[in-house]
Amino acid sequence: MDSSKKKVQVKNLKKNFGKLEVLKDISIDISEGEVVVLLGPSGSGKSTFLRCVNQLETVTAGSIIVDGIDVTDKHTDINKVRENIGMVFQHFNLFPHMTVLKNITLAPVELKKLTQEQAQKKGMELLARVGLADKADTYPNQLSGGQKQRVAIARALAMNPDIMLFDEPTSALDPEMVGEVLEVMRELALGGMTMAVVTHEIGFAREVANRIVFMDGGYIVEQGTPEEILKNPKQARTIDFLNKVL
Amino acid sequence: MISIIQVYGVMLLKSMGNTLLLCVLSLLFAMVIGLIIALFNVGKNRVLNFIGTLFVDAVRGVPLIVLAYFVYFGVPQAAKMLNVSGFRLSALTAGIIALSMNCGAYMAEIIRAGIESVDKGQMEASRSLGLSYGKSMRLIIIPQAIRTMIPSIINQFIITLKDTSILSVIGFPELVNTAKNVAGNTFMNLQVWAIVGIMYMVVIITLSKVAKRVERRLKRGQQ
Repeated sequence: MDSSKKKVQVKNLKKNFGKLEVLKDISIDISEGEVVVLLGPSGSGKSTFLRCVNQLETVTAGSIIVDGIDVTDKHTDINKVRENIGMVFQHFNLFPHMTVLKNITLAPVELKKLTQEQAQKKGMELLARVGLADKADTYPNQLSGGQKQRVAIARALAMNPDIMLFDEPTSALDPEMVGEVLEVMRELALGGMTMAVVTHEIGFAREVANRIVFMDGGYIVEQGTPEEILKNPKQARTIDFLNKVL
Repeated sequence: MISIIQVYGVMLLKSMGNTLLLCVLSLLFAMVIGLIIALFNVGKNRVLNFIGTLFVDAVRGVPLIVLAYFVYFGVPQAAKMLNVSGFRLSALTAGIIALSMNCGAYMAEIIRAGIESVDKGQMEASRSLGLSYGKSMRLIIIPQAIRTMIPSIINQFIITLKDTSILSVIGFPELVNTAKNVAGNTFMNLQVWAIVGIMYMVVIITLSKVAKRVERRLKRGQQ
């Protein structure tokens, strides 16, 4: 694996919601296999940044290049790009009218990546990987929060993405369920997945991240290895934030 | 009362058949119109939004009886003025057009509200997997929206069934029109209208019972 290969290149990204400037000037590169954790107070623009990468939000200015393709370009087939970018949401967003297995097999079958049988086989493998093989035929509303989020991760992985985006994946979970989800994410990171994670789990950031990016007020304030950011933060805002959460 | 049923029973039943024919065909077209207009209104395309809103506002802003007169008497006249020869509109066709437009406008609002009641995260999750907007609507959003829409749709069905009676004014031999003739011939207003009332009631109550069962089954299937 060439660790210097850039998976995501963001240049001078700006995003406004009406008059509100959420992202003011963001430039960041994410290399292949890198795990980047985005920290920062709420309203700092972390989630918006993540949602810009797969174009759930359109950008106001700047460019985002994913695997050499400019996703902000109107001529880009965004659906094709999204097939390679998995996303996991705070509120899981599983499809409630489908079984767990159907949630996972839907996209690869519909997008003709796999046949029905291949998708089911792969779905079962993924469910086994997240420890939920016995839940294949149940509906999402019969699962606990932690189980739902693990299914959501399996669903995203079914498309064989190169990059995974996690938008506060454990924020809606009861405390005792956070561990099981982080464990799945940790394994994914160990397997070499390129990941961008918005989270408040400092422990996860410390152990799993290659790089921590601290955001505040629509800017990247400071970034570095977990060691640098968590032990020796240089910016006043980073120090202030870490004092509150640690 | 017995004598009326003996003499006019078959006639009244036949016109009830006409009422149901008018109603069922109108509902079918209304569902299609409603779905299309609802999709116009929930999308982001301004032109389609405008067309959708215009249709709903215009049709809802006009009483059904006016719409029926307009379609049945007004449109053929317009055709004549434009020198379109041989343009004819039967009372049934005109009735179906008026009723489907009217019901379609209400249906559009029911479907739009149903679609908007589905959590935004559902569309986002679907799109994030690479599914297109259309596929996401068809596979993820609409199936969930239908669940919340069913009680309102049944209600609209019942309203439309009763609204067919308004089309007696353009001379289509549905139940009310026939009953008017029977009452005029026999002078037995009390009996005739009681019979007609009961006939409507039987059909509508049966319909709502069946609908309740369907609703329950759909809910069960989703748990």
